[in-house]
Amino acid sequence: MVKNPELLIVGGGSAGMAAALSARKSGIQDILILETDPYLGGVLRQCIHTGFGLQTFGEDLTGPEYAGRYQDMMEEEKIPYLLNTPVLEILPDLTVLAISRTEGYLELHPKAIVAATGCRERSAGTIAIPGTRPAGVLTAGTAQRYINIEGYHAGREVVILGSGDIGLIMARRLTLEGAHVKCVAELMPKSGGLTRNIVQCLEDFDIPLLLSTTVAEIHGKERVTGVTLAPVDENLKPILEKSWYVACDTLLLSVGLVPETELFSAAGAEIERGNGLKVDEKLMTSIPGLFGCGNVVKVHDLVDRVSRQGELAGRYAAEYILGGK
Amino acid sequence: MEDVIIIGGGVIGCMTMRYLSAYKLKVSLIESHSDLASGATMANSAIVHAGYDPVPGTQKAYFNVRGAELYKTVSRELDFLYKPLASLVVAFNGDEMEHVEKLYHRGLENGVPDLHIANQAELRELEPNISPEAKGALVAASAGITEPWGAAISAAENAMDNGAGLILGEKVIGIEKIGEGFVVRTDKKEYKARTVVNAAGVYSDKIHDMLLPPAFTITPRLGQYYLLDRKTVGLVNHTLFACPSKVGKGVLVSPSVHDKLLVGPDAKVVADRDLTMTDAEGLAFVRENAGRFLKDPLPMNLNIRTFAGIRPTPSTDDFMVGKTEMPGFYQAAGVESPGLASAPAIGSYLADEIARDLGAEKKSDFNPIRRPQIRLNRLSEAEKREWIGRDSRYASIVCKCEKVSEAEIVDAIHRNAGATTVKGVKKRVGAGFGRCQGGFCQPVVVNILARELGIPKDQVKYDDEGSEILVGKVK
Ligand SMILES: Cc1cc2nc3c(=O)[nH]c(=O)nc-3n(C[C@H](O)[C@H](O)[C@H](O)COP(=O)(O)OP(=O)(O)OC[C@H]3O[C@@H](n4cnc5c(N)ncnc54)[C@H](O)[C@@H]3O)c2cc1C
Ligand SMILES: Cc1cc2nc3c(=O)[nH]c(=O)nc-3n(C[C@H](O)[C@H](O)[C@H](O)COP(=O)(O)OP(=O)(O)OC[C@H]3O[C@@H](n4cnc5c(N)ncnc54)[C@H](O)[C@@H]3O)c2cc1C
Repeated sequence: MVKNPELLIVGGGSAGMAAALSARKSGIQDILILETDPYLGGVLRQCIHTGFGLQTFGEDLTGPEYAGRYQDMMEEEKIPYLLNTPVLEILPDLTVLAISRTEGYLELHPKAIVAATGCRERSAGTIAIPGTRPAGVLTAGTAQRYINIEGYHAGREVVILGSGDIGLIMARRLTLEGAHVKCVAELMPKSGGLTRNIVQCLEDFDIPLLLSTTVAEIHGKERVTGVTLAPVDENLKPILEKSWYVACDTLLLSVGLVPETELFSAAGAEIERGNGLKVDEKLMTSIPGLFGCGNVVKVHDLVDRVSRQGELAGRYAAEYILGGK
Repeated sequence: MEDVIIIGGGVIGCMTMRYLSAYKLKVSLIESHSDLASGATMANSAIVHAGYDPVPGTQKAYFNVRGAELYKTVSRELDFLYKPLASLVVAFNGDEMEHVEKLYHRGLENGVPDLHIANQAELRELEPNISPEAKGALVAASAGITEPWGAAISAAENAMDNGAGLILGEKVIGIEKIGEGFVVRTDKKEYKARTVVNAAGVYSDKIHDMLLPPAFTITPRLGQYYLLDRKTVGLVNHTLFACPSKVGKGVLVSPSVHDKLLVGPDAKVVADRDLTMTDAEGLAFVRENAGRFLKDPLPMNLNIRTFAGIRPTPSTDDFMVGKTEMPGFYQAAGVESPGLASAPAIGSYLADEIARDLGAEKKSDFNPIRRPQIRLNRLSEAEKREWIGRDSRYASIVCKCEKVSEAEIVDAIHRNAGATTVKGVKKRVGAGFGRCQGGFCQPVVVNILARELGIPKDQVKYDDEGSEILVGKVK
């Protein structure tokens, strides 16, 4: 039997773990993290490259190492969590409905909730690329999961659309694993990725970055056989007269991240214009007792900032609970 | 020797198979794709039209009105998604109001029940977000929305439960009349049958011409759509059709049975009968034309997917359903819209015809009920607890967006006419249908398919032959 926690945290990524630890430090005993994946750490688990934790630990760690440090602290503090437990619904009175593989159907009534559900990748469907819809079109994060967690390649001859950090990191990763990354096309005149990633992931491997360029059409019935690339005009419309064909078996998309806010917006929480959860200076959403941190509030480039925001959210949530007593 | 071979596993072939399985007949269906519902049945507007559109006296009118009525019972027997939902044909000016009146009278002539014309005030009440330019609408309360591939697949499963056979991944390349029967040749094997049913959709002219001199042609006409996220729930309450105009038959906006908003289609003649690709102009056309229904622009930023389907438009302008000049050769050819709405009526009509001609009786043990499909996201809290108690895999949520559990996926794989591909899983349980489009759950679905089918992960396909998702292990 799972008993009602005082503080419930939705999502066990870096934001959720940091929030749990700091809430404990601030005096909250009854904490529960609900995490849908079979592991803690969120997106960190599939980021096996280094570049994590320079600020927090003063060391250059991989994603799983960084997550491991937090997990160790969680074990030390004996903070309970349930894996394989997606939260399905949150009601405006902070009732939480979830389904756990081990505990079954859960209805919980915490005094406060921290939203730490991270973000998802924008899909091919969302950006409506003309052409066919074959196998071989996938988001960079899904490909990253296939290669780093499942141990399988998702393609050999690859074109990447979008130069977000996941796309850049996957360009390097795929190249190191023997795939041929033909180019990275970026719609905007400038890449949104970190400069260190452009240098270390593309330039060091001679992978061309084509700015102001997009995929105008996807070809192939069963599997991708190629894409039409085209430069774009000032309205970001492809200039088809100048387009060209590139043969490939895979199109990876790194075209943006979208905060996973739906669970909370369905409960009535307001959304910021940039698509994240709207929070006040104490990281509380428009629903009293519902706090937010990490990528569900705003997509972060650096995990250290996510952990920092998680700590603050945990502290404010604790103050809210203790103040209410 | 089969009594009946059906060529084509779309909604028409599958419904025919299902009604035939009620008779003491040996029935098999041959489909060229690796899964059922891979043609027009996979990509259309999913509207069970009421039947006011077809010209009175046509087969379209006859089967549409009966089909729409049959959906109410057949959807319950087969447990596929169907929801009664009134269709509104919206008029924006005097000319269009005249058209609406014409449709109203046509509907009455076709025997469509529960039709009326709504004035502007009633229209506003039905659709609070409608454009102030909208003057009135034809309201067809007997219409509905459904899951077309669900209708087809559940019908085939029920037919197989009742003894029918299914042959997937074989394309019929020739048919010969030999004596009293037929030899049906596929790209892999040969089959003998007493009768043959042509339900080959956009290829129904080609199948026809294998046995008879050419009598009609099919023109493939592409239609493209946007699908908007479930955040649009409440924006539009009914299926909204525009009146046809100079620019073509109107674009529609309709809620789907999955709580998404369907926006489209355009219409364009294409050369390739299989290539369901979208293009920039078609999508732009849809955006512009769908924009006029509501007072505010449609939230196209909530788009989660675009797709296209191909209409099998016949040169005769009407369905060709029934016997042909050749005894033993039946067809449901040129079944364009309202083919989905007509499907149960066409299937039961053909089955009765064939059974009569072959002198077959009804089976005494025919079971019209398909074992219910548990859809966790549609259960009450108490039901959820109950199913989780029975099988803990209902508590293992694979698709977060649509809330689909592992138990549902495993069940969909092991049923008759079960899923063998990622798209097959998506068709049957909706995993990957939501806003992340499988970004999170596709790797898990691949793992489940590999485990349940006993194949390596890199042999799991997205859809047809050659659509493997993974290309080998990392060294
Ligand atoms: C590919 C990539 C590379 C990066 N590289 C670097 C780098 O080099 N250096 C650096 O400092 N930062 C990097 N970052 C940024 C940083 O790692 C992330 O921003 C940070 O880890 C996000 O943490 P989070 O907790 O907000 O989200 P997540 O890690 O996404 O965690 C959210 C968690 O919530 C869970 N969840 C979601 N919905 C539910 C629900 N309904 N019920 C229960 N659980 C749910 C998810 O399963 C997930 O575990 C990178 C990010 C990515 C994606
Ligand atoms: C854009 C669009 C919108 C539509 N909207 C609606 C609507 O809202 N309401 C409505 O009622 N109807 C609608 N329709 C029409 C409806 O979708 C069709 O009438 C219906 O799906 C036809 O089903 P079918 O089984 O005849 O064809 P299909 O689903 O195309 O099935 C035919 C099958 O035959 C197989 N086949 C072909 N040749 C061979 C061969 N040689 N060997 C083996 N197998 C073969 C094909 O692979 C295919 O699977 C729409 C159609 C389109 C394209």
